[in-house]
Amino acid sequence: MSLLDVHGLTKAFGGVVAARDVTFSVAPGELVALIGPNGAGKTTTFNMVGGQLAPDKGEVRLAGEDVTHLPPREKFRRGVGRTFQIAQTFLSMTAAENVQMALMSRHGEARALRPPAGRRHREEALAALERVGMAGTADQPCAMLAYGDVKRVELAIALAGEPKLLLMDEPTAGMAPRERAALMTLAATIARERNIGVLFTEHDMGAVFGHADRILVLVRGEVITSGRPDEVRADPRVREAYLGETGAAVAMRATQKRA
Amino acid sequence: MTAPLLAVEGLSAYYGSAQVLFDVSLALVPGEVLALMGRNGAGKSTTLKAIMGLIAARAHRLEFRGRSILDLPSYRIARLGLGYVPEERRIFTDLTVFENLEVGRQPPRSGRTPWTPERLFSIFPNLAEMSGRRASEMSGGEQQMLTIARTLMGNPDAVLLDEPSEGLAPVIVELMTKAVLAMKSEGIAVLLSEQNLSFAAAVSDRAMIIERGQIRYEGSFAELAESQEAREAYLEV
Amino acid sequence: MDLSFVVIQILTGLASASSLFIIASGLTLVFGVTRIVNFAHGSLYMLGAYFAATIISRLLDLHYGPVSFWCGVLLAALGVGALGVVMEVVLLRRIYRAPELFQLLATFGVVLIVQDVVLKVFGPQDILGPRAPGLRAPVEILGRRFPSYELVMIAAGPTVLGLLWLLLRKTRFGVLVRAATQDREMVGALGVNQRLLFTGTLFLGAFLAGLGGALQIPKSPATPRMDLDIIAEAFVVTVIGGMGSIPGAFLAAIMIGQLQAFGILIFPKVTLVLVFLLMALVLVVRPYGLLGRPEGPAPAHAAAFNGAPRPWGPTERRIALGTVAALALLPLAGDAYLLKVATEILILGLLAFSLHFLVGTGGLVSFGHAAYFGLGAYGAALACKHLSLPMELALPLAPIAAALGAAVVGFFVVRLSGIYLAMLTLAAAQILYAVAFQWVEVTGGDNGLVGIWPSSWASDRTIYYYLTLAFSVAAIAALRHAIYAPFGYSLRATRDSELRADAIGIDVRQQRWLSFILAGSAAGLAGGLYVFLKGSIDPSALGIPVSVDALTMLLLGGLQTVMGPVVGAAVLHGLKDQIMPLTDLWRLFLGCSIIVLVLLFPNGLVGAYEALRLSSTATKGAASARRREPDGAQSRPRAPLEALARSRASGAGGETSKADETV
Repeated sequence: MSLLDVHGLTKAFGGVVAARDVTFSVAPGELVALIGPNGAGKTTTFNMVGGQLAPDKGEVRLAGEDVTHLPPREKFRRGVGRTFQIAQTFLSMTAAENVQMALMSRHGEARALRPPAGRRHREEALAALERVGMAGTADQPCAMLAYGDVKRVELAIALAGEPKLLLMDEPTAGMAPRERAALMTLAATIARERNIGVLFTEHDMGAVFGHADRILVLVRGEVITSGRPDEVRADPRVREAYLGETGAAVAMRATQKRA
Repeated sequence: MTAPLLAVEGLSAYYGSAQVLFDVSLALVPGEVLALMGRNGAGKSTTLKAIMGLIAARAHRLEFRGRSILDLPSYRIARLGLGYVPEERRIFTDLTVFENLEVGRQPPRSGRTPWTPERLFSIFPNLAEMSGRRASEMSGGEQQMLTIARTLMGNPDAVLLDEPSEGLAPVIVELMTKAVLAMKSEGIAVLLSEQNLSFAAAVSDRAMIIERGQIRYEGSFAELAESQEAREAYLEV
Repeated sequence: MDLSFVVIQILTGLASASSLFIIASGLTLVFGVTRIVNFAHGSLYMLGAYFAATIISRLLDLHYGPVSFWCGVLLAALGVGALGVVMEVVLLRRIYRAPELFQLLATFGVVLIVQDVVLKVFGPQDILGPRAPGLRAPVEILGRRFPSYELVMIAAGPTVLGLLWLLLRKTRFGVLVRAATQDREMVGALGVNQRLLFTGTLFLGAFLAGLGGALQIPKSPATPRMDLDIIAEAFVVTVIGGMGSIPGAFLAAIMIGQLQAFGILIFPKVTLVLVFLLMALVLVVRPYGLLGRPEGPAPAHAAAFNGAPRPWGPTERRIALGTVAALALLPLAGDAYLLKVATEILILGLLAFSLHFLVGTGGLVSFGHAAYFGLGAYGAALACKHLSLPMELALPLAPIAAALGAAVVGFFVVRLSGIYLAMLTLAAAQILYAVAFQWVEVTGGDNGLVGIWPSSWASDRTIYYYLTLAFSVAAIAALRHAIYAPFGYSLRATRDSELRADAIGIDVRQQRWLSFILAGSAAGLAGGLYVFLKGSIDPSALGIPVSVDALTMLLLGGLQTVMGPVVGAAVLHGLKDQIMPLTDLWRLFLGCSIIVLVLLFPNGLVGAYEALRLSSTATKGAASARRREPDGAQSRPRAPLEALARSRASGAGGETSKADETV
């Protein structure tokens, strides 16, 4: 059975259709990439799945349950973790406190009045940071970390909710090439070892063709094709609407490297 | 060697009390495209902003067309003929395409054919169809074209172009390549900040690599292509 | 109600709508371009009225006729426009990048200064202006008489709207202004002198305020209180219409004009309440007003409150214990006056601390904290007066009443953010102020309630001091405790990133709502303690100056620190106590102090102490490295406030942070 079922999602902004009849599914442990030109509706689709945006039509099912109109916080409780295009962390807190906050919330302690918050679930938080390679800077304020490290902390926060489904909106945006590859490899490894389904958008063709099990191509709000990386790469429509010669070359290298 | 249009010596810049640029020096001669390469956070955008007067900076020499621009506010720098295309596009989304171009309009400079919307539409043909449309209704690629066209309306002699290929679909990057080459053929010098090596290689004459706010490498693109060491150490491709 | 009467009411409503629109259009225009909510807009309006009353009389003495009158109106408006230019150049220019709280406080500083200056120059008495020559006779409409000047007013609103539309849509100035509304730095980088653009905008905005004031003068006199009366209404109009939207302001002005014209027939005493209720309602349905659009994500440099509460070190613990011990020993000094001042400071310290819980930890800039202070005070006073409860039972009702009020207001407030939130909290306080003022049978109106004294055992000044000390210290300790508990962390999480908080399962609205109630009840306790100290209460406890005083205490103490507000309360109240008896220019002094604080010491007193502490522990190397400038290097200087804003923003990912595509 699939983990995430998206059926017929449609959203218009004042007459402009941003997403039309978007349908796809994600299985546990599967990495699905959503690609397409700017303004194709990737972020819109993403926010509808995540609950930040209400669709005009269509439904989102998580492990069979209809979650279309649940807000993000309810989706979190049902096992949806999320990272954002611009990393969203609590800048006034340390890396560890960021993860602890997510753990407190997961354990239903977010409104507890008994301090100190700083010591709750600290061991678990340190372990989560260790997993993403951030153990050394656990006690540094997030505001002081390099952007690549903030992205790792954000991944640790998302994982602290023990998600079944991980949504990553442009996980490597704003990162250096080597950091990009490392972050994608890390996310993919964790997802596979924990059997987490991953849906991600990305402009970096290396990341997409190097890691995705399946790729959906969105153009002007509609899914024009979907399939395995080699199928999508070979599709002339994708090449014309999105990849171009240079993109196709990068995609080719990434798939070859993988094999 | 031709006298530089833009001369930068010992440029340092700060965010609050943190120094982010250290003694950056570079020279841009008329009509050339110089690529400033480096990782994210290396100081590319900061260099451009510091030259443009958008952040606090300090320098031994910061001259454009032989005139010190260190103490000038950015609007005076722009009026001297130095254009700036920001990294995040920063289109005026409430305004129409036409009005966006109007904001950038400055009097023509002698010895150059002045830019008009019509002339710009010949380089960016898809802007012509939508000149009355609100910029918020454009796609990311179209906005990126508009932001360059808007700067050209100021009839600059040189343009600081900040990561024009970032976040664009590969097909749009190919269009961008043509646009930069068109600017070059008009004799406009370009200081290009870029991470995308293949795009930079396609348009630039020379390359500099910046790392942690300091210039680490300077040379022609041909040399850079051969210098495996420089590429691996600073660009990670 | 016959038809002719309805028509006359509609026309009356339209006339007052016009006048409201002219004032509000200036406010919303200035906000649109500069992103500053100019509290002093009402002061400019008041100056317009005073100028017009003076100038027109002189001109009519020289030559009686319509030309003199309208020239006088224009001259008054131009004069106010010129003052707007001065204000932009001297003050606003320096705070464009400051957090909105600082902007509001700084422009309120101008309000205070203008109030005292107007009193000095024009005197405390109302000044009646001349009536318009040629428009003195009423006209007859459907058999009823209607002032002809009002007809001119009805036409003035749409005329101003049309001229503004032409200016903004059809001229280069207008295109540039609209572009600057969105991204002023970019406009500068494209070669536009944005300083001139901003100065021009301020001139226009102030001109419109002055015009509104001048046009008012044949109808009602210039009075020293008209600034705060009109600013509340102008805020409501701009908020309902959508901040920055001129057509929105026009629509909203018409709605409010009609509401007032007809509301006065049905509920003659509660028109003010109706207006604010309309605003609350509109904001629930459309959180950005009728024609407003969502504010973009707050720029990183605008976050004034990104501090983390540090746990106390041994030094701080010693200071805190020492302070409480010293306070406990204070009655031994045997100075009754000192004791009274100390009691007041304890109460205000609790008020400021409760506000800081919202502003500092929650990032919720409440501009109407007086509401909860006043609710607590009135709650206790009414229980005492009307239910004849003793202090022991009435005092606990204070935090309860305030918590209930905070729950109702909070329900609306937590749906908003930024400047809309600040405006709605202000409006809520103004509603309560209006109720207390107008509901004479229950609240005693302007005179308030008197004779509310503690029970006999506590009536001794020293005993009451200890009572206040115990309650204040306990409440402050409890709030401080909450800041370090998961509850406070969750609140801070919603402040740092709403998106992230939501994505990890925190109910952002509920968290804010509960915090609002908690802070409100603490402020209510302060109000309860206050009423039994003074023995009386009147509507001024709910007024804007109380809210602003509380915010000034935060500013003085330092927004980034946990105990700063208490220090701020002590310093501000101590100063007030020392200086107010010596001068009748206290407001001028306070206004100037606020502006100096905002411009020069944005981190406050405790902030300065923290900086000192940090610099002594920081590596000396960093400091000397900055001093080692290359010989002959020239630099591009920056204002201190901007440097501060930048140093705060720098952590947020530097050049890598981008904002596109996020819907």
